[in-house]
Amino acid sequence: MDKGAMFESPRLAGDLAVWLIILAEMLAFGILFLSYAFARTFDVVLFNASQRTLDLNSGVINTALLITGSWCVVRAVQAVKKDASAAGSRWLLAALACGSGFVVNKLLEFSATAQAGIDLSTNTFYMFYILLTGFHFFHVLAAMVFLTILLVKTRAGHYGSREFHALETGAAFWHMVDLLWIVLFPLIYVMR
Amino acid sequence: MFKFSSNTLWLLLLMATGFTYWLGESGQVGHGSMVPVFLIFGVSFFKGLGVILDFMDLRHAPVLWRNLLMGWLVFVVGMILLAYWIGQ
Repeated sequence: MDKGAMFESPRLAGDLAVWLIILAEMLAFGILFLSYAFARTFDVVLFNASQRTLDLNSGVINTALLITGSWCVVRAVQAVKKDASAAGSRWLLAALACGSGFVVNKLLEFSATAQAGIDLSTNTFYMFYILLTGFHFFHVLAAMVFLTILLVKTRAGHYGSREFHALETGAAFWHMVDLLWIVLFPLIYVMR
Repeated sequence: MFKFSSNTLWLLLLMATGFTYWLGESGQVGHGSMVPVFLIFGVSFFKGLGVILDFMDLRHAPVLWRNLLMGWLVFVVGMILLAYWIGQ
């Protein structure tokens, strides 16, 4: 811990309400992750064979996009706290570009899955795959809506060194989406 | 606890992702050995820790919130490892 932080009182970055939502979302995803992991124990061969049909390249690209998007959001908050709104806007735009890349890549993946005739009823693995990645996909879309609103307001000069609460609130939600994918990626795409 | 600048952490997270990808592509996963499972989820654990502490800035948050999210990560990754061990 740095010396300055040692004397600062603890502070939750963002609104308490969004942290409660984050907690609820993480519990929901946690239950889904563990349901998947334990369901796999009943038919490891089926899960491994089905997982091998997934595109690992697509999964790793999406991981890099979400991590980079999270970093851009961190840089945006840092810039706005220094009253550099223009730089903050550019970082938010970069984060949105990463989010858009994720959405396009995921839509291509979903499209390929549908064209292969795979749906929720194909087998237990695909049911979890579509449910988990689909549920996560909608969270990315929601986080992008928040970021777009924050971008518009940052550009309009609403935020600065004295007012960055909303920005930190949106950032916390975006990072949650990243955190969830960090567990989802190896679980669904890599462990096969 | 370890602390990196946001730029360094971003690069480390990308490198860790690259390592996970390489391990997945190497064909060493899925043959019953727990070593790659520990490696892959160990890397994910540290990636998650970096996001929680520094990207989410819970390093400077009240202990309760930091522990809630870190506890979630420990529990979820721990239970996943248990499930893979059972499914060996």
